[in-house]
Amino acid sequence: MADVPVTAGDGVRRRDFLNVAAVSFAGVGAVAAISPLLVQMSPPADVLALSTTEVDISKVQRGQGIKTVWRKQPVFVRNLTDKEIAEANAVPLSELRDPETLQQRTKAGHTNWLITLGVCTHLGCVPLGIGEGENKGPYGGYFCPCHGSMYDTAARIRQGPAPKNLFVPDYQFTSPTTVVIGQKG
Amino acid sequence: MSFSWAKAYEPKQPFMRWLDERLPLPRLVYGAIGGGYPVPRNLNYWWNFGVLAGLFLTIQIVTGIVLAMWYYATADGAFNSVEHIMRDVNAGWVIRYAHMNGASFFFLVTYIHIFRGLYYGSYKAPRELVWMLGLVIYLLMMATAFMGYVLPWGQMSFWGAQVITGFFSAFPVFGEPLRVWLLGGYAPDQAALTRFFSLHYLLPFVIAGVVILHIWALHIPGSGNPTGVDVKDEKDTLPFHPFYTAKDGWFAATVLLAYALVVYFAPNYLGHPDNYIPANPLATPPHIVPEWYFWPFYAILRSFTVDFILPAKLWGVLAMFTSILLLFFLPWLDKSPVRSGSYRPLFKRFFWLLVVDVLILGYIGGAEITPFNIALGQFAAAYYFAHFLIILPLVSKYEQPLPLPRSITDSVLHGEEQESAPAGVKSGKKTTTVAG
Repeated sequence: MADVPVTAGDGVRRRDFLNVAAVSFAGVGAVAAISPLLVQMSPPADVLALSTTEVDISKVQRGQGIKTVWRKQPVFVRNLTDKEIAEANAVPLSELRDPETLQQRTKAGHTNWLITLGVCTHLGCVPLGIGEGENKGPYGGYFCPCHGSMYDTAARIRQGPAPKNLFVPDYQFTSPTTVVIGQKG
Repeated sequence: MSFSWAKAYEPKQPFMRWLDERLPLPRLVYGAIGGGYPVPRNLNYWWNFGVLAGLFLTIQIVTGIVLAMWYYATADGAFNSVEHIMRDVNAGWVIRYAHMNGASFFFLVTYIHIFRGLYYGSYKAPRELVWMLGLVIYLLMMATAFMGYVLPWGQMSFWGAQVITGFFSAFPVFGEPLRVWLLGGYAPDQAALTRFFSLHYLLPFVIAGVVILHIWALHIPGSGNPTGVDVKDEKDTLPFHPFYTAKDGWFAATVLLAYALVVYFAPNYLGHPDNYIPANPLATPPHIVPEWYFWPFYAILRSFTVDFILPAKLWGVLAMFTSILLLFFLPWLDKSPVRSGSYRPLFKRFFWLLVVDVLILGYIGGAEITPFNIALGQFAAAYYFAHFLIILPLVSKYEQPLPLPRSITDSVLHGEEQESAPAGVKSGKKTTTVAG
């Protein structure tokens, strides 16, 4: 700085430089100090460690379903009947709000296994229809009691306020009777 | 604010003018810590520690609120939740270490602040209430720190809670029922942990409230200064902003650097390893001591070993409480009209003896119990009380103070010739030419 004349012609004084430098230095320090206070809000390591759930599906008969948990969210694992598969395939894609085929929503060779989050895409309630005797709604899939969203046998939205089909998480069959939810396959 | 030449707040932008007419908050800030608060021009670095105490209170509140997002106050889960913060929560380790060591730094700067007040007579008229409110803050800090130390529910936490609440059982008749009432049980357990957590969250905000009163009371007469001489005119003062904001700012950065060094490189230096063992109500750690900032009081507590009319246990507890409550009477124990210790040759010597005495008490409070340590602690505890109850009143009565400077300006400016002399040149021979 010694070679910069104190009376530089553009009206910027050495003191202005010092002010900007000091305040910037303190500002960078303040941001660095605040960052741990913000990052602590994100999921901690033990929550991230719950990223996969292994499910034994050997006991689930055709036409039955089970509720399991992945990342503290309900997951519906449903063993579709041939009738339900046929119903799902009979619907033209143009009639759907969120067009997807049953094939796209299941794994090849396991098209009878429909695995979705049990979280209504409207506002997050758990739809009915997975348990024995629960209201499956007019389309034979799921019915959300909160605001009346109705899903078909491929868990696609057919009627009601929900914008999307029930979400299909990543999952992989590690054996014919074992599914690991959360693992890319 | 307090002086006629204090600059009034003049909003420049239309919005600020609009706001000022409806809610004069910027005016309040300007008058308290802005250009509208005139401060003596001769403050030395000992005057930086009040702002630092405020800074560490803020750090404790901010990091504490974050820790409370992850901590659970259950006898089964508290210890694990702290370990969870240390291991799993993003940046949890740095936030907890910042909170742990923030308490130590808060006490360190507060002790320096208190001793600054003792040396420069900051407790004297017209600032008695500033002093007493400061002591209230200090007592609240002690309560908050103690309860915070219990929360991790390690061995030192548990036995600290047992011992400190045991103080109350020293009182005859109602002592033991009082202790049981405070704990909500016969030993520290869930009820005690939950109420300590609740109060540990509450008290810092009470402290913040009393800090506002402390600053309000201070700003009525204005800040003291190292000469103890009252401000006489505008030449004696500088506006708080930018002069003291800049000085406080750079010094705060320096202290934060030391704080960061401890947080990152020696975070457990001031702690006890035993507190990383979960609380065990059936086994006391072999060497149980409080945190360092309580050591002098712990030494006073342990100094009473013989029953004399009252049980030794009660004497210890009474002496410990009295050692702090005594300070509330300081403005009337030291009657010398001279505030600053720099102009009180006798007082100054005894002040430094008191500092040494408190350091000895601190050492004894943290040391192992041996016959020599007990004897030294008893002597130091006796001297502590003698300083305030005997030495100070006598010194203020018989001491011949040095002549005071005529004004603050006079004490810092020594005439044109001396001011303009090159640095390092002895200016002793020129004192005869001091103007005025």
